[in-house]
Amino acid sequence: MATLELSRQRPAASSTAPRSTAVSDDTRDVFVTLTLGGQLCGIPVLVVRDVLGPQMITRIPLAPREVAGSLNLRGRIVTAIDLHSRLGLDRSDWRNAMSVVVEHQGELYSLLVDQVGEVLYLNPELWEDNPPTLEAKWRALSRGVFRLSGQLVVVLDVAAILAI
Amino acid sequence: MDDLLADFLTETAESLSELDTALVRLERAPDDQATLALIFRLVHTIKGTCGFLGLTRLEKVAHAAENVLGRFRDGTLVPTPEAITVVLAAIDRIKLILAGLEATEAEPLGDDSALIADLNAVMEGRGPATAETGQDSQAATPVPEPLPEEPAPARGSRTGASATLSERMEQAQPKGEAAQAGEQVAASESAPTAESAVAAQTIRVSVEVLEHLMTLVSELVLARNQLLQLARLQENSPFAVPLQRLSHITSDLQEGVMKTRMQPIGNAWNKLPRLVRDLARETGKKIELVMLGADTELDRQVLEFIKDPLTHMVRNSADHGLEKPEERRAAGKPETGRITLNAYHEGGHIIIEVSDDGRGLNTRRIAEKAVALGLATEAEVAALSEQAIQQFIFRPGFSTAAQVTAVSGRGVGMDVVKTNIEKIGGTIDLRSREGVGTTITIKIPLTLAIVSALIVEAAGERFAIPQISVVELVRAGGRSETRIERIDRTPVLRLRDSLLPLVRLSALLHLDSAADVFESEAFVVVTKVGAQSFGLIVDRVFDTEEIVVKPVAPILRDITLFSGNTILGDGSVIMILDPNGIARAVGLAATGSAERTAVAEARSEGSTEGGSTTLLLFRAGGTEPKAVPLGLVARLEEIENDRIERSGDRLLVQYRGQLMPLVPLSGSLDDTGFGRRPVLVFSDRGRSVGLAVDEILDVVEDRIDVQLLSDRPGIIGSAVIAGRATEVIDTAYWLRLAFDDWFRHGAANEADRRPRLLVVDDSAFFRQMVAPVLTAAGYEVTTVETAEAALRLRDQGRMFDAVISDIEMPGLDGFAFARAVRGSPAWAHLPLIALTGRVSEADLARGREAGFTDYIAKFDREALIAGIGQALAAQTAVEAH
Repeated sequence: MATLELSRQRPAASSTAPRSTAVSDDTRDVFVTLTLGGQLCGIPVLVVRDVLGPQMITRIPLAPREVAGSLNLRGRIVTAIDLHSRLGLDRSDWRNAMSVVVEHQGELYSLLVDQVGEVLYLNPELWEDNPPTLEAKWRALSRGVFRLSGQLVVVLDVAAILAI
Repeated sequence: MDDLLADFLTETAESLSELDTALVRLERAPDDQATLALIFRLVHTIKGTCGFLGLTRLEKVAHAAENVLGRFRDGTLVPTPEAITVVLAAIDRIKLILAGLEATEAEPLGDDSALIADLNAVMEGRGPATAETGQDSQAATPVPEPLPEEPAPARGSRTGASATLSERMEQAQPKGEAAQAGEQVAASESAPTAESAVAAQTIRVSVEVLEHLMTLVSELVLARNQLLQLARLQENSPFAVPLQRLSHITSDLQEGVMKTRMQPIGNAWNKLPRLVRDLARETGKKIELVMLGADTELDRQVLEFIKDPLTHMVRNSADHGLEKPEERRAAGKPETGRITLNAYHEGGHIIIEVSDDGRGLNTRRIAEKAVALGLATEAEVAALSEQAIQQFIFRPGFSTAAQVTAVSGRGVGMDVVKTNIEKIGGTIDLRSREGVGTTITIKIPLTLAIVSALIVEAAGERFAIPQISVVELVRAGGRSETRIERIDRTPVLRLRDSLLPLVRLSALLHLDSAADVFESEAFVVVTKVGAQSFGLIVDRVFDTEEIVVKPVAPILRDITLFSGNTILGDGSVIMILDPNGIARAVGLAATGSAERTAVAEARSEGSTEGGSTTLLLFRAGGTEPKAVPLGLVARLEEIENDRIERSGDRLLVQYRGQLMPLVPLSGSLDDTGFGRRPVLVFSDRGRSVGLAVDEILDVVEDRIDVQLLSDRPGIIGSAVIAGRATEVIDTAYWLRLAFDDWFRHGAANEADRRPRLLVVDDSAFFRQMVAPVLTAAGYEVTTVETAEAALRLRDQGRMFDAVISDIEMPGLDGFAFARAVRGSPAWAHLPLIALTGRVSEADLARGREAGFTDYIAKFDREALIAGIGQALAAQTAVEAH
């Protein structure tokens, strides 16, 4: 399980969240966690292809505001999405940002985040739908919330995020 | 050996080995539709190709085999082992003939009538005439060929074929056959491989393998660059020398891999002129093949894929699309039909257009056929748009050709084309208008393409510009002599004798908000898109680099300024600018769709060959013939007198589901005595008007040279056409009788009088071209050949609303003419518009000084009409004060 290959830039797990000791056969319940403006979020491990440290990103003029630019991932061109501006947070300084590379409809996208956490099995019993009062942007781009002890993990909807 | 023949042999050898296995498979599973379709296509392709190479023996055998296979495919014949045996015999015969072809470059002699008779018998549902097909043909052919009774694997049978061929050749040699042929046979004997010698000269590699190689090479380059960078940091590194070597090898490898893949598309077009020529002869048509963008570089493998589809499409255009000369003449088109191939890069894709100015697709027949084939119900078809109905021709087995000819019409074709294009991730689009022509557009992604690009920098960002559209580089500002000037706030550059519009790249891309300042040094990349040139202002220019174009991510597809992106040697990602997109963004592109041009051409004036016009001669009131340019007439109809209805004082007829006003040209509708009446139908923007005449006389090619101007309304004047004094009618006048607002310009001007224009140009061609354009735009046009003739008109007291003059003319030139016009009171106040091929700053100044009001580029129809409109409006304003 969790055969995800994280690159060396991965920081030591600093999260206080439970470690992925409870290994499940169902990879659908495994998530890569990340932080965005202090909020812990999760992306299903199945769509994650890579985790990268800070990269050289080429700006793309006239592109939507959320597109940070494109980068070269071993010969493939990957479009970088600034999750900060996608989620309506202050635009981040992505020179230091880490990114989670996801595959969507055959294309690779790199989601720029503050920190990449670890690979976690999240118990489906802790799942809850988005609170209705959640800010519209977040509600549209997240699928629900896991109630971990001490922390909430917002599960991001990759397809919705990339529907720019 | 002839290239065509060599290609044919290579291709056919491949097809044949595929065929053997497919046929055996079919025998086992007689209702395997996919296999059947494959076999049918392979044989069809062989037949099609040998048809135009003039290989009649081969074609006959293939045609007969195809007939049988067609019955298999339609399900009207069960592929029994006996039937398959006969088809296999035909395949073996094809191989035999091919072996002979390869050795002697000519079809070997032989009689296939028994085999063909067998094939026909099978097709008609009888068994083969002789049980032992092999035995029979052996007797009939001078070549003792042991035909397998059981379907044999390809290899065995081919060895047999080449062996018997050698025997035959040896026998033939003493009888005085070419010695060279004997040598070739000897060579093939010494290497008794079953493979065809030609086929062995080339190895085909799948696109995937090359694509993978390319990716690997790209990564190798990146790794090499990183290593070089590391090595540079260390002095006297022991790695330096081997690394240098690695670097060289990598470069060579990269170059090699790229070279294996690129070819100008013209290579795929080589065969087409001959194909078209032969088809033209076969079908009795006049066909002109125009090939544009032949040097557009294309990935070789992509080229392979599109070669056959292109051939198919051109063949379709020639066979079905274009009409016979008589029909074309009757439809008001030049006798010679035109097939245009156009290839270019656009928006990260290669676009190939195959268009013809033929009859277009018959949507009604396609719809009927679709219903007949059960592809759609009648109700569904009724709800479909014309274009959606046309898409049916891409369905397998769809053909509306009434007759199955040797050329095409079996319903293979467009579906094969579509399959092949889609295999490489391309798209195919079809636009057709009945009577006007058909354009098929193939769009192939550039994923496989490599282009040479110029790397530039603007506002700190680097961009690639495809070298193909870069004309030159100009250094401006700083210490350079060239300066960027401004008109209002628009930057321009004086480049030799013309003004080049400039676009600041950083402003275009919204990269800086700083005001446009040109104090510092800048570079102008002179770019050409179609006929339009413009300059891109950039901060720096780097080198050119060979780049592998990759399409941009889907979320960036809307940005039309980029055609793709790529990774440079240093590993950074860079966006590739699309000059077409830039031209469009800044409003420079003036290219209309091919179809629109075709419509315009068809309408403008029929033929312009040799400066003459195709004219329709008719009689309407009186005995003297009248003429109208055929190009203006949409259709000729005969309408029964009793179908003509009256509404108030207007005459109407129900035509194609609409009420069409009918205007009697002779003033009244006298009974012609025939119960029917010829009507010239004029159409524009969905409205039609019928001009009722007495009799259609002829269609002739002649020059309209109006010698006597008429003051009768509706008649431009008299000209000698086909040896007789003929009245040239003023179409616009009659059309306005039906619809007051037929011409927007006409409506905008005084209702009772159309503005009169005098066109002075020494070129007959241009006069013929521009006069109908202006007439159709609502002007009354008089043309004269020389400035002297124009001045004579003035002295005769003729009056016009504006004068349009060429600059370069024999005798008095445009400038002298302008001075003469301004120098005498009669025309002194008239707007005087100069028409010229070139507009340079100096010319402009000189023209204005001589007295011209405006300068208009000579071949820009829109600008001309707009310019005249403006000049007249200004004139009216002046007069009102």
